[in-house]
Amino acid sequence: MKTAGPAIVETYQQLKREARKKFEALKEKPLVLVGTATCGRAAGALNVLAAFREEISRNQLDAGVREVGCMGHCYAEPMVIIYKPGFPPLCYGPVDEGTAGRLVVDFLINDDPCFEFAIAALEPNDFFPTFSDYPRGIYENKIILANCGLIDPEDIDHYLAHEGYEALAKVLTMDPAAVVAEIKSSKLRGRGGAGFPTGIKWETCRNTSGTPKYVICNADEGDPGAFMDRALLESNPHQVLEGLIIAAYAVGASQGYIYVRAEYPLAVTRVKTALEQARERGLLGESILGSDFSFDIKIFQGSGAFVCGEETALIASIEGSPGIPNHRPPFPATSGLRGKPTVINNVKTLSYVPHIIRKGAEWFRSIGTENSPGTAVFALAGKVNNTGLAEVPMGTTLRQLLYDVGNGIKNDKRFKAVQIGGPSGGCLPESALDIPIDFDSLQQAGAMMGSGGLVVLDEDDCMVEIARFFLDFTQKESCGKCTFCRLGTKQMLDILTEITRGRGRPEDIDLLWELAEDIKAGSLCGLGKTAPNPVLTTIRYFRDEYEAHIQEGRCPALMCKELITYYIVPEKCSKLCNVCIGSCPVEAIYTRPDMLKAIYLDKCVKCNSCMVACPPQYQAVIKISPPIVEDKGDQAHEQTSGNNR
Amino acid sequence: MSKPVVITVDGKEITVPEGEILLWAALDQGIYIPHLCGIREAERPAASCRLCFVEIEGIPNPVTACTQPVQEGMVVRTRTPRVDRLVRTAFELLLSNHCLGCAKCPKNRNCELQKIAKERGLKLKLTRLRPLLKEVPRDESPDAFIYDPNRCVLCGRCVWVDHHQVKVGAIGFIRRGMERKVATFGDLKFAESRCTQCGECVKVCPVGALSFKKKEQEYASK
Repeated sequence: MKTAGPAIVETYQQLKREARKKFEALKEKPLVLVGTATCGRAAGALNVLAAFREEISRNQLDAGVREVGCMGHCYAEPMVIIYKPGFPPLCYGPVDEGTAGRLVVDFLINDDPCFEFAIAALEPNDFFPTFSDYPRGIYENKIILANCGLIDPEDIDHYLAHEGYEALAKVLTMDPAAVVAEIKSSKLRGRGGAGFPTGIKWETCRNTSGTPKYVICNADEGDPGAFMDRALLESNPHQVLEGLIIAAYAVGASQGYIYVRAEYPLAVTRVKTALEQARERGLLGESILGSDFSFDIKIFQGSGAFVCGEETALIASIEGSPGIPNHRPPFPATSGLRGKPTVINNVKTLSYVPHIIRKGAEWFRSIGTENSPGTAVFALAGKVNNTGLAEVPMGTTLRQLLYDVGNGIKNDKRFKAVQIGGPSGGCLPESALDIPIDFDSLQQAGAMMGSGGLVVLDEDDCMVEIARFFLDFTQKESCGKCTFCRLGTKQMLDILTEITRGRGRPEDIDLLWELAEDIKAGSLCGLGKTAPNPVLTTIRYFRDEYEAHIQEGRCPALMCKELITYYIVPEKCSKLCNVCIGSCPVEAIYTRPDMLKAIYLDKCVKCNSCMVACPPQYQAVIKISPPIVEDKGDQAHEQTSGNNR
Repeated sequence: MSKPVVITVDGKEITVPEGEILLWAALDQGIYIPHLCGIREAERPAASCRLCFVEIEGIPNPVTACTQPVQEGMVVRTRTPRVDRLVRTAFELLLSNHCLGCAKCPKNRNCELQKIAKERGLKLKLTRLRPLLKEVPRDESPDAFIYDPNRCVLCGRCVWVDHHQVKVGAIGFIRRGMERKVATFGDLKFAESRCTQCGECVKVCPVGALSFKKKEQEYASK
């Protein structure tokens, strides 16, 4: 194999030179890149794309339009990047069809870059700030997201032009053991959640006898609020493929799978295209790049069961059985798919691999913290201004991530907690904002890195309800095999539901805690072992909210419907306004004899429409907890008289 | 075949074949460890009932005995506060989804839940947990036996026997989470399914979920 080394490198260099030429040629004329990942499409990117195409052809311009993935600024979708010779490349968002038309006419035809719609420039210039001029840019350090949104995910040449597959060409001239050693020395930890050292997994698999060996890319992302794996597959699928091919070479696998959920149709399409193109170029399949290493990848579409992200369940699913976990050990690295040694790595983990091979383990270790080197990719969701994907070095604090990268809490509300690591993670309070984010610190705080889902909660979120919400998810997604997960999470969910309805018992908090501990210790797989985390952390940090629900029948965040009453404050209400009456779907609001408005409590379905409808100058509708009891207070009297009308 | 090794269980030294699964090794020596889903002949344990917890020196957390091959010098404790607590919770959880009322159950006095309760001093009623059982109809269609899903603890012994011993494949687990249950293909009644009514599954049921009609009638009349 080593004799073929120079030939491999030359074959690769040839591919890269051609790709570069093609890519550079693109920018010789104006080029419009439209972000059409799922996030962009949801915001209307396909219409924007069509508008650009139509406007450009109507004006008979010689300009290219390309679909790209997601840059991570999902809050500004649909996003558009315009390259025009003589101008710095500029990034616009959110763009609608009208803006698209103006950009074509004003910028592409008339040389006005429309700075008013721009977010940032991509290269330093004298006219407009770049991303690194914002606070976000100071913390962000993009490795695996670097090319997302900038290259066409359906054109392999774009990836090749950006050092793509260079790492593959490099490893093919190396001894597989040296590749494993490099990954081991980089201390790369699995980004799927648990943070297991990737190198050790590879080494175990490599040292286990048995053929064939398999490598699997776990793209069964299912956490509520997490979308980074999808974004990577949709924006830069070749990066994942390259990582997977390198993994296969390192451990000696001949067959690979990408296990992706069928709910990600765009990701599936783009990966499919990427696989075909990689095969065409000889980067996948028989004797890759002319070496004697052969390897191919199949896509396996899962039907979207959360538990199938668990390694053993994922294997069962590929084997054609229900996706139900098995006990470990044996670990898949020694006995996995069809009983053969199998490496399963997350999309993000594999995405780091080409970079580590290209730039070396030492470079990777120089980023992040000692025990969690590299960067962390987070999907910011919830009550944060800049929702989207962020990649920051490990060790960045939550505060920096939320306030500088995420640009603070929406609507100037007060921060309450952050649910980090998806349903398996935990809710961390304000006091935890300064802990550095890495695998170990988060675990210590009771949360976990998880897949990197990060849901921001503000003062309007009830922590008991949040715990109930996440537990409802895991309870429904439990496969039901083992006693603790099947019945334990159901017990906990029932208790939480009762508490949010004001029917909690004083001993329930302790019972929840005990059950949570036992479920963690006793469950068969990771789903059950982590399902209680949101409950444990909310009790740990927000016990007073649980107590308020149980002892006072009160929801401090005014979120739990059965513990609140809507009330119209007479002093704020206007005789001249009837908006709330019109907004009420159940005719629960009436006009009092003095022309002010009030609510029939028994009719109100607490839909919140009146509160939204009440004009900002009045803000007369409020929520009260504990709820108003019928025979107390003015409001109730009127309600009774109203009923007797 | 394999050489004997000496392990210590609850302070008692016992000699067992190397590599033997701890649960069976202990049971063979008269040391009781609660268990429901374990099948000795199975290639791989299901490890789903989560009852056979033990503590092993050198392993930080309790582990299930059904997944643990014995090794020379292994020191095992079947009764520790942590083990007892896990077993108690698992047992209570199973009870919370199990049709209680032993007096009317054909498995009364011969039920493995009763055995666990007796051995571990646990109550056969719900004290701190909420009942989760939603009563569903029994399947009385077979000539010789009755399937009562309300009593099923999902140990899977019937499924294993059906698949691996009589090799019919009439029953299996269906659905997920709380909906998981043992059923015939297509969730048909047993009599309408490919079930041959050999009765082997009834014999291995540790609780009263599958019971012979003769026995059932005896108890129903009580």
